Amino acid sequence: MSAEVPEAASAEEQKEMEDKVTSPEKAEEAKLKARYPHLGQKPGGSDFLRKRLQKGQKYFDSGDYNMAKAKMKNKQLPAAAPDKTEVTGDHIPTPQDLPQRKPSLVTSKLAG
Amino acid sequence: QIGSLGGGCMSGGGNDIQWCFSQVKGAVDDDVAEADIISTVEFNHSGELLATGDKGGRVVIFQQEQENKIQSHSRGEYNVYSTFQSHEPEFDYLKSLEIEEKINKIRWLPQKNAAQFLLSTNDKTIKLWKISERDKRPEGYNLKEEDGRYRDPTTVTTLRVPVFRPMDLMVEASPRRIFANAHTYHINSISINSDYETYLSADDLRINLWHLEITDRSFNIVDIKPANMEELTEVITAAEFHPNSCNTFVYSSSKGTIRLCDMRASALCDRHSKLFEEPEDPSNRSFFSEIISSISDVKFSHSGRYMMTRDYLSVKIWDLNMENRPVETYQVHEYLRSKLCSLYENDCIFDKFECCWNGSDSVVMTGSYNNFFRMFDRNTKRDITLEASRENNKPRTVLKPRKVCASGKRKKDEISVDSLDFNKKILHTAWHPKENIIAVATTNNLYIFQDKVN
Repeated sequence: MSAEVPEAASAEEQKEMEDKVTSPEKAEEAKLKARYPHLGQKPGGSDFLRKRLQKGQKYFDSGDYNMAKAKMKNKQLPAAAPDKTEVTGDHIPTPQDLPQRKPSLVTSKLAG
Repeated sequence: QIGSLGGGCMSGGGNDIQWCFSQVKGAVDDDVAEADIISTVEFNHSGELLATGDKGGRVVIFQQEQENKIQSHSRGEYNVYSTFQSHEPEFDYLKSLEIEEKINKIRWLPQKNAAQFLLSTNDKTIKLWKISERDKRPEGYNLKEEDGRYRDPTTVTTLRVPVFRPMDLMVEASPRRIFANAHTYHINSISINSDYETYLSADDLRINLWHLEITDRSFNIVDIKPANMEELTEVITAAEFHPNSCNTFVYSSSKGTIRLCDMRASALCDRHSKLFEEPEDPSNRSFFSEIISSISDVKFSHSGRYMMTRDYLSVKIWDLNMENRPVETYQVHEYLRSKLCSLYENDCIFDKFECCWNGSDSVVMTGSYNNFFRMFDRNTKRDITLEASRENNKPRTVLKPRKVCASGKRKKDEISVDSLDFNKKILHTAWHPKENIIAVATTNNLYIFQDKVN
């Protein structure tokens, strides 16, 4: 003997359970959305792909460069940071600032 | 011993291959230097040479020693033949772009003369390397001492004819061509055409055609860059020339499609001749669907009749005559489907696994996590999971098949999904073109396995 409302509710619950049972992927999606509620709708879309295309871009673009230069018209150029960590933003890097990335002069261990 | 794995197991009995450990190259210690991470593995056309590339821009070439007739229980071992620095890190000052020296791909040219040639590429530049042997040297110059110092001509009283005398074998690698400045985005593939004169290079958005002799010019044959980058929805993930038809090539995308193009149709092959895509059930679609459908590798069969694609969870075989679905699908590690959330968080979901065919196109192989790799026999429909580990070090001992337990009761010798080491990934594997010899790269070690020879 079941009333109308509980039956409707259980149908929905049943679909949800079915989803979880038939689709572990959807269950994982629910987990992800619970952890990151602001995650965009289209994961494979522009933002994600554009990040992939920009791999390797470390420092700044010419827009940042010009803005920083304009800001510094009345100031002296900032000295290079004593620790040669990542150079970003307002600081205008010079070739001397960039961390030296020497090629490996060591022979590969596969050849050892 | 036949593994009790239901319909799946490939080991034991009949014509099944029994894989044995043969060799392992690389450091034993767990502390892996980034430069030592292996990024590509490739046999040459005869299988005599095996090349590896690493993140440090170095290439190491191994050569199979001639079969020892006395010790006929194994085929020749692979020993170091040549090693050189192929690419170095660069900085593009114009674009503020750091260019990694990591070798993305190595492709061998078929041998035409005594020397060997290969193409190696990083993100931006492709190089043609000549590897040649020197086993003789000239001696008996009149004006030069043996150590190279010049003689005073006035001290020369007699003349002699210099002769070539044998010397210890020296293998030299020299860069013969440098193909640069043709890619705005990162090169993911190179493929030599069956005409042996041209090759293609593919980056995220474009594919270029080169002539091996010409470095200052390249033809753009595919361009999927949208006019407005906001409209970007997919990128090129891999490309390959057909093994026999010099006008045909394919490229795969991050959306799980493969396009076959015919260069006779037009100069710019933006319109595909065939589009291979498996229809998806829209009700099954999830946040992860597109990411796991992204194709990380595409390889033609040796026959040219089929092509194989690798996406995150499976390997698919396509018949070039049928575009609407693959003819075979093999699950590599389906148990990961219920772990996609964590795999997204730790970025493993973006790992790019490669795949390869055996010489007769009857078996395909691909890597997985925990240093496991998988093989699928297309004829018997059986599959096997093996592990590349120093614990199985004894030559001629048959490797024991592995099994992952997806949930619930874990049988003895099974490993549970949660115990898998996701830092131990086998992304690169290669199969000898003629024999049952395989090269499997873990993070920084190269394993060579052979089938048991009786």
